[in-house]
Amino acid sequence: MRKWFYLLLAVVMLAAAIPLAGVGCSSEKEAYVVGAIFSTSGAASDLGVPEERTVNMMVEEINDNGGINGHKLKVIVYNDESKTENALNLATKLMEQDQVLAIIGPTTTGSSLAIIDAVTTGKTPLVSCAASIDIVTPIEDRFWVFKTPQTDVQAIREIYGYFEEEGITKIALITDTSSYGAAGRKYLLEEKSTYGITVVDDQTFNSGDTNMQSQLTHIKGTSAQAVICWATNKESAIVAQDMQTLEMTIPLFCSHGVANQAFIDQAGEAANGVILPAGKLLVVDDVPDSDPQEEVLTKYRDDYEALYGAGSVNTFGGHAYDALSMVVMALEEMDEDLSTAEAREFIRDYIEDDVEDWPGTGGVFTMSPTDHLGMAPGSLALIKIEDGEWTWLQ
Amino acid sequence: MSLDQFLQYLVSGLSQGSIYALVGLGFTLIYAVTKIINFAQGEFVMLGGMLSFVLMESAGIPMVPALLLSIIIAVVIGAIMYLLAIRSAKKASEVSLIIITIGAAILIRGIAGEVWGVDAVRPPFFTGEKSISFFGALIHPQALWIVGTTLMITILLHLFLSHTMLGKALKASSINPEAAKLVGIDTRAMGLVAFVLAAALGAIGGVVMAPLTLTSYQVGVMLGLKGFVAASIGGFMSPIATVIGGILLGVVESLAVGVDWGPFTSAYKDAIALVILLAILLIRAGRLAAEERGS
Amino acid sequence: MLAKASDKWVWIVAGLLLVLLILIPFKWFLGPYTNLMIFIAIYTMVTLGLCLLMGYSGQVSLGQAAFFGIGAYFSAILSKTYGVNPWLAMLLGATATGAFAYVIGIPIFRLRGNYLAMATLGLGIIIYILFRQLGQYTGGPDGMAGIPYLSVGGFAFNTAFRRYFLIWGFCLASLLVSQRIVNSRTGRALRAIHGSEPAAESVGISVSFYKVKIFVLSAVLSSLAGSLYVHHLRFVSPQSFDFLASVVIVVMAAIGGLASIWGAIFGAAAIRILGDEILPRFENLSLLKSWDLDYLNIIVYGLLLIVVMVFMPQGLFVGMRDAFERWRLKHAQREAVT
Repeated sequence: MRKWFYLLLAVVMLAAAIPLAGVGCSSEKEAYVVGAIFSTSGAASDLGVPEERTVNMMVEEINDNGGINGHKLKVIVYNDESKTENALNLATKLMEQDQVLAIIGPTTTGSSLAIIDAVTTGKTPLVSCAASIDIVTPIEDRFWVFKTPQTDVQAIREIYGYFEEEGITKIALITDTSSYGAAGRKYLLEEKSTYGITVVDDQTFNSGDTNMQSQLTHIKGTSAQAVICWATNKESAIVAQDMQTLEMTIPLFCSHGVANQAFIDQAGEAANGVILPAGKLLVVDDVPDSDPQEEVLTKYRDDYEALYGAGSVNTFGGHAYDALSMVVMALEEMDEDLSTAEAREFIRDYIEDDVEDWPGTGGVFTMSPTDHLGMAPGSLALIKIEDGEWTWLQ
Repeated sequence: MSLDQFLQYLVSGLSQGSIYALVGLGFTLIYAVTKIINFAQGEFVMLGGMLSFVLMESAGIPMVPALLLSIIIAVVIGAIMYLLAIRSAKKASEVSLIIITIGAAILIRGIAGEVWGVDAVRPPFFTGEKSISFFGALIHPQALWIVGTTLMITILLHLFLSHTMLGKALKASSINPEAAKLVGIDTRAMGLVAFVLAAALGAIGGVVMAPLTLTSYQVGVMLGLKGFVAASIGGFMSPIATVIGGILLGVVESLAVGVDWGPFTSAYKDAIALVILLAILLIRAGRLAAEERGS
Repeated sequence: MLAKASDKWVWIVAGLLLVLLILIPFKWFLGPYTNLMIFIAIYTMVTLGLCLLMGYSGQVSLGQAAFFGIGAYFSAILSKTYGVNPWLAMLLGATATGAFAYVIGIPIFRLRGNYLAMATLGLGIIIYILFRQLGQYTGGPDGMAGIPYLSVGGFAFNTAFRRYFLIWGFCLASLLVSQRIVNSRTGRALRAIHGSEPAAESVGISVSFYKVKIFVLSAVLSSLAGSLYVHHLRFVSPQSFDFLASVVIVVMAAIGGLASIWGAIFGAAAIRILGDEILPRFENLSLLKSWDLDYLNIIVYGLLLIVVMVFMPQGLFVGMRDAFERWRLKHAQREAVT
């Protein structure tokens, strides 16, 4: 028995050595190397997986079309397992070992905040795919940092604006205690007075909880006219279902975190009637041709669904699309003989100065030295789920 | 809190508590026979739920055979785990066995994540989704299935342990392994039987609860922990005590949300279970120490 | 034990390893791996505590990440929010963690085996929940950024190169101090306990006192490691201290070997190198296009735990050392015969 164990040990060690030996070599022009950090496993993997898929899809398309000015594009994707500590290690590794020209990601706000210091000292541009506005403010400390997704505040204003129109003034909150849910709750409470809204009940639950009936029973006992749930897929689906079980008739509003087909699959019938703010990607067919984003949205959706199946597109992958696109646009304009440090600086300057009125999947971007998100208003749509389909609530 | 609300908290707590009880039964069974706490118990709940979804949605097998098949597959995995990991660790200390079952738990979870991906899934409901009213409190039909299954299993398990030969042998090897060996009971085979039964219990739990609670590769940890709390409230002794423990836990958690405790919001719900766990363990520690002094 | 003649060799090998350790962070040598090496040092300190606890008390703690986290948050909150000197914060953190471990250790160590494991697991998760929920102090689930660097006089440890020496200094000091403790009266008492508790009790050794003592030592080591961790990362968030984090520490201790002081380095290094350098390469191989090996690390950790515990319950490092000793003995005997 013991002998087998040593044999096994030897095999494992040998197997470990194989990829170490795999050194790439090519005869063509040197490839442009970009780094990416996505949470392709762990809590945020709902978001990280489509981001990674998007990047793989884009790299293949770019290289099939001859690369960037003859240079192949190579994106090294690392998985931070939804942990901030890993993100920092990986960012350092990308900058120092892999000598990447720019980094896209991380998927989560926590990871993004964690690596800002590192990319600033490492003088490497970062285009984050995470939600929080804190990633790009205060702008003085965010010289090297950009981001592409809409912020929580934008999404919340969209919902509150709707409440104002509909005359809804009393609402109940039910939020996840995760980083995502807690940020949502913070801004929901901050913004409420501007719209004359009173929060009559403020419940929370933990990621992984399987029953929200108690919290909802509590809410049912108040005078709330609507419920806002700030969480990702699974927990939001359970909230929707438990509201149905408790026969609650007030409308449920969810966050842009559930803007994907998986939510509809999970919530089943209970998904119908749920309203959420999200990028226009989900309602591409309703977007008029006159919209500047129409072309990019249609192309991205068609490409993505051709590879990964009908109905698979979601806005998270779109954020990675926007992030990598900005870097690629910069690379296209870049002189070839720059050193790594010069190239990093060029990419940063390009994104800040030259991304102007550029339609991405998340919105129309105009970056400037004072705004590293640069998203024009009106980039979010309020979407209602009807008969298991997304419909634009205009 | 109005009476209606109170009733609703009770009913919601009951259905959630049945879930904890189902998971807890597996812990109790294995512990009673082998004195091992199987940290992988929650993973069998996950396996039951995920397998039933995959068999129905991807393989297109009709519901009843799919449910049975998922339980059978989980049982086979349980048997493999016992034979390869637990039994080959001869004369392993308690600590080694704890670590082995933790290893098995994360191994199963990792493979599940790799094979089935991250998305939570929902297998179809057994019977519709129109809520049933119960003195004004509403309950989901699937929750009734969960409560019913828990009751059925408890009764069957009780009958099995006290009225069948195999059950009595299991009980005997849990009470006094040496004496059991003397009367010709193969105590090691009993270990296998306990693991297999526990895997089946876990999988049945997973299969019944998944349509209501959704399931994904990572649900095992928290479910396992809550099930463990249920089992320790019940003292790891009998199936009935475990079920009472589980339902108590569910109802306490549910009522804790209903009572407004100032800073103690519903976010501390999980902490409640753990504080109960610690309290029980410490009371038990006191009793153990007292017994040792006495003897 | 090793014979006198080979003692010299031990010193020579140790000296060479030390020189290697000093050279690693230089750019022309293994500079890019500085960060990895710093994490190895930090996790060595945490693993060391658990190795001692498991080895000498025969008990496992599944909540070791909590002590690591308490040290980390103490340093982060005191030095950032309240402007306390980081060194003082570190000291306060270690003291508080030690006191906390002592207070909970007394009741908790009346438990054994499974119950103790579950109690420490529960405790670890409660503390993790507190890190998340006490948002006004801890920054909630998002964590806190911008924690100051450690500095001495005007010299700030603001580069990875500088922190490398600081943190490895701490790590080696912990190893040496632990070795002294193990070789002292306490260590002999602990070994007696591990041999037979009733026997130890009968010669007047207070079993629970020594168990709690080693528990406190492991907590203090973890807390110091946590402080170094936040001053290195300048960022802290609860995810680093969840249940899986505690399991990873158990994996490191299992690899490093129970009761083995120098095995802790081996365990921490093996798992960090595996997790940071080797496994990601497999992930990027993309053998199957739509199938990324995202969970490879936890699969490997699970397998390692099972295989090591089944075949070498004393831990991989100790097991390999013993196997080597046996082989050497056999070899020596054969030579003596011929």
